[in-house]
This record gives sequence, C-alpha cells and structure tokens, in this order.
Amino acid sequence: MAEIAVASHPIDAVLRRDRLPHIWCPGCGIGAVMACYARAILESGIPLDKHICVSGIGCSARVPGYMNLDTYHTTHGRAIPFATGLKLVNPELQVTVFSGDGDLFAIGGNHFIHAARRNIDINVFCVNNFNYGMTGGQAGPTTPMGSFTTTTPYGNVEPPFNLAALAAACGAVFVARWTALHVRQAQEAMQRAMQKKGFAFVEIVAPCPVSFGKSNDIGEGVDEMWMYRKQCVVNDDADVTKIDVTMGKEAELVVGNFLDIERPAYMGYGKEVLGEA
Amino acid sequence: MTGNARVLTGQHFLMGDVACAEGGLAAGCDFFAGYPITPSTEIAERLSRRLPEVGGVFTQMEDEIASMAAIIGASMAGARAMTATSGPGFSLMMENIGLAVMMEAPCVVVDVQRGSPSTGLPTLAGQADVMQAKWGSHGDYEIVAYAPSSPQESFDLVIKAFNTADRYRIPVFVMADEVIGHTAERVTIPPADQIPRVQRKRPRYAPGDESFLPFRAEDEDLVPPMVHAGEGYRVNVDSLTHDEKGYPATFAEPHDRLVRRLAAKIRQNAHQIIEYEELLLDDAQVVVVAYGCTARSARRAVALARQEGIRAGLLRLITLWPFAGQKVWELSSQAAAFVVPELNLGQMITQVERFTSHPVVGVNHAGGAIMPPEPILDAIREVVM
Repeated sequence: MAEIAVASHPIDAVLRRDRLPHIWCPGCGIGAVMACYARAILESGIPLDKHICVSGIGCSARVPGYMNLDTYHTTHGRAIPFATGLKLVNPELQVTVFSGDGDLFAIGGNHFIHAARRNIDINVFCVNNFNYGMTGGQAGPTTPMGSFTTTTPYGNVEPPFNLAALAAACGAVFVARWTALHVRQAQEAMQRAMQKKGFAFVEIVAPCPVSFGKSNDIGEGVDEMWMYRKQCVVNDDADVTKIDVTMGKEAELVVGNFLDIERPAYMGYGKEVLGEA
Repeated sequence: MTGNARVLTGQHFLMGDVACAEGGLAAGCDFFAGYPITPSTEIAERLSRRLPEVGGVFTQMEDEIASMAAIIGASMAGARAMTATSGPGFSLMMENIGLAVMMEAPCVVVDVQRGSPSTGLPTLAGQADVMQAKWGSHGDYEIVAYAPSSPQESFDLVIKAFNTADRYRIPVFVMADEVIGHTAERVTIPPADQIPRVQRKRPRYAPGDESFLPFRAEDEDLVPPMVHAGEGYRVNVDSLTHDEKGYPATFAEPHDRLVRRLAAKIRQNAHQIIEYEELLLDDAQVVVVAYGCTARSARRAVALARQEGIRAGLLRLITLWPFAGQKVWELSSQAAAFVVPELNLGQMITQVERFTSHPVVGVNHAGGAIMPPEPILDAIREVVM
C-alpha cells in the first residue's frame, strides 16, 4: 500500500481523488501541468460546474479523467471540433481542450488551425513532449530534427512545427509557451487564457523521460527540468517566428506570454448574424 | 418561402433536401454542423438561413470529421443536433459515429446517397451506403436508420429520427438518396403542437448525490438518463470502455457488459422501432422488398404485375436498421419468392435472405439513375414462372 503523505491537498477539490494514482510514468511532466490547470481553475473565479475539459487521445489527453469537472475524452485529434459544438450551444461554459502535441497538431492539426482562424472562444492547453508517449515513443509533428524515437531510429528528418508561431499565424488571440518547470507562469497563462474571449493557446513543454528523454541524451525528468532551468529565456516580446524549440544542448528555449490581442470571437452562425440588437 | 417561424405549418412544394432541413427545424433542431457535399448541400444552405431565424446555431466546419465531432459536443451540451452529408463525408464521419454510440450522444445524420465508391457519381443517385450505416464504424453496435421515399417522408422521418435518437441515446441516420433529395413534391407541415416530441430521459438525482451513476441503466429500456454539460454533475464521458460511473474500465468484463448493453438497448426494443409500409401483401405470392427511391419504381412494378394477374406485393422498408426480419419471416409462410431491387450490387438483400428459405432475387444497378419499373417487373415474372 502506498503511504499517504498528506491527508489533503489544495487542489483536491478539482481532482477526482478516487481515480488516483494517475497513469503517468515516473518523471513525466503532465502531472505538473495538470496541477497548473487545477490551480488556474481554482483561481479563475469561475465556478467548477462551469468548467468543461475536453481531450483527444494520448497521455496528456488522460488529464480530464482526473479532473472533477464535466469532462469529455473523445476521439484522437477531435477534441477541438467537439469542444466547438459544445461551446456554441452553451457559450456560458468555460471550455478547455487539454491534450498533447501529437493529438492536437498531427491528426488534429486541421481542426486547430480552423478553430484559431474562427477564433472560437475556447482554451487549448497543449503538453508538448515531442513524441507519441502513449504508443511508446514515436516521432510526431513537434519532434526536433535529429531526435531519436522508435520510428526515427536513425534520427528525425522532418522539421517540427513551432506551435506558438502556428497558433499566432492562424489567428489565436492569446499565445504563451512555458515549461513544466514554470508552474507559476504556466498557471498564470492559463488563467489569462480563461479570461480571454477567443481562441487562447498555451503550450507547455514537458519531459517524457521514458519515451523521449533517455533516448535523446537528456536523461531523467529532473535532468530535463535542469535543462529548462539553464536554457530557458523569458521573453514576452520575442518574435514568435524565430523561437523554434530544438532541444539542443546549448540552444535557448524561449518562453513567455507572446501574444495578447483582441479580435471578435466566433459565436457560430446564429441570431447575431441577423444584425438585431 | 422562409419565414421566422420554426414550424412552417402549411402546404409546400419542397425538394427532399429542403424537407429534411424543415423536418429538423420542426423537430426542434438547435444546432447544425456540416460541410458542403453534393447532393446534400441544400440541407446546410437551408439551415444556414433558417437556424439564425429561430434562435439556433449553424456552423460550417472544416470537414465532415469535425462536423460529426461538433454535433456530438453540441448534443452533450443539450442541443438537438444534426448534420447532413453524402457517401464520402459519411465515410469520414464513421469514427465519430462510434464515439456517439459510446458516449450515448443523441444526434441525427442525414446521408443523401450518391453513386459510389469513392467520389463516384456526385450528382446521381445510389443506395450503396446502407450497409455502411450499420457497420461502418469499428466494433459491435446498434443504430437506427430510416429510408425516406419522398420529400414528405424526408420531413417526417427527420422528426422521427430526432425522437428515436433522444429516446435511445444513439446516432440515428436518415438514408436518403439523390433522387429523393432533389425531387420536389408537396410537403404538408402540420401545426407545431402536432409535431411529436420525445424528451430525453434526465437524471432523477441532484448534482452531487454520490449514489448517482451516470451510465447505469436503471430502467428496463437499458437507456441511462442523460446529463448535459454544465449542470453540476461533473460527469466523465469517455470514448474508452467505461463503468457505470463513467470512469475508464479497460478490462474484459466491463467491456463485454457495456457493449452488450449498447447493443441490447436497440435489439430488445427493435419491435418498437421497426417500421415498414405494406402494399398488397395480404395474398402476395411474390414480395418485393424495397426502400428509398427504388421503392417508388417497385410500387409501379407491383401494380403492373397485378394487371398481369400476378399476386405481387410490396414490403417498403422505412427502417433499414433494425431490419424487419420478423416480417420477412412471417411473409415467408405465404409467399413463394422475394424480389429485392436496390441501387447497389446487393446489400439489403443479404438481410432478406437471412429470414427466408424461399428464392430471393436481386435486381441491381450500381447507381446513377433511378431504377425503372421494368427490370423489377421482369424479376417478378421470372420468379413466378
């Protein structure tokens, strides 16, 4: 039996305690990011009953299953259009899509770009750990060039997406990138996303030691956290087109709240289009 | 033609696609998500004009995968939600149709069938998606599929589809075809208070009540009550195999229990769902089994056969799924043969064959034009010789 270290925890109210412990590997960053999300919910001032969490498939997509909210674990890549339908029917809900890089940007990439273009009023929180963890560590759309994965045994030859630049280019009104080390900043970015009317995107770079870190000379989860500590540069004013994540040993990893603009949010093609007050 | 009323009570001259849209509105459809595709596009166009007028929401999505996902999300938020498509889009919807089955999300999908496979015949009729409607998504599951034979029936069956979807918490299909979709005929729209409306079963527990298990079927119909997003129940709705609480339960035993219930809620209630029209069956020695646009030709073929003294009758399928097997079996005790005309190479005929030991003759064309009565009449003559 596991020893219970503390009787209660500040984020218990947001978690389904009867579903713990979670499924994630030792050193995984998803739990830390989930805790950021949980604290952001508690601090949001929005009742828990109005927070909705939708996910696709993958390790990060298992987060809603642990959140004590109305939660929807959908099909691979389809969380955003599912959330779109839900939000358009009940605009009072605070709808967050919480998923991973492969789910949101490979199989779900088309939905991401169109949701950002429309500026549907949802939050997309993406844990970017550079690989498909759930299936055992294959390359994905964010895998850095040269990285070793189970489907790039000689090194990855595909250039990855710069997610922040992609989101900004497609029309997101809030774009941030933090890491699993930056728990305060990530939480604050999530809270800002929740306040934002429109498509808000927060990328959180996180370690996947079992399927990515160890095979790419990064090491354990804590080693990757040290890497963030040494190599991250906070720059809210960075040019998002120039902040690719390479995970190189000497490379800067630029983090920050890069974009916060106003643009009319998409409400669907409903009574508003008739031009009546 | 359009007005501000949700239900356009009165006599109209409408094509089948427009009748589908008006049927949805009359049924209380709040939400439509779709993607343009011939020959169903008129449904989306009509609803883009009409839904804003009645306080609903139309949204054009980036593809049919997104359209299907969006109507499931909308359904979970409490809307009566529908989409419309044709074969290629129907194929793209298949994975999320399985999601609707697994999440028990009521919704309506209209498939205006065209010649297929692949891009096939975009502007011409087919009936080759009828097996896909039953088996297209992976896994064992049961759905309900209706086949309208006229614009009036398109209107009526979309209403029925919404009620069946809400009654059993399933996706329901209206398997129209290009001929029906683009044929204009008289459509009578009844007064709003005469449109039947089935309400979703709702929880008998207050939010926070620990004894409430959202995926427990407490009633004999095996349909659990439905919680909508934001009501305070804080339910997990999962595409994974889940237990009665809604939590993932990815093991053999809960999986068998869940999949059996999802199938059984339709199988055990099939007698309440199955519908068909009987024409001249009382003394029929040859039974034509037909549906959709082909049933119109079959009706003519049966009349011509009667003029020749052949005791032919028509069993017109209104529900394709569940299949009216019991009726075929009953007819087998009097009839000597069955004729099954279809705009495909033999799909529903396989179901007829399961319920009779008499000869079953298919009359098939791969699609592209409505089947004329003559080949059906020829088959009727052939089986009585």
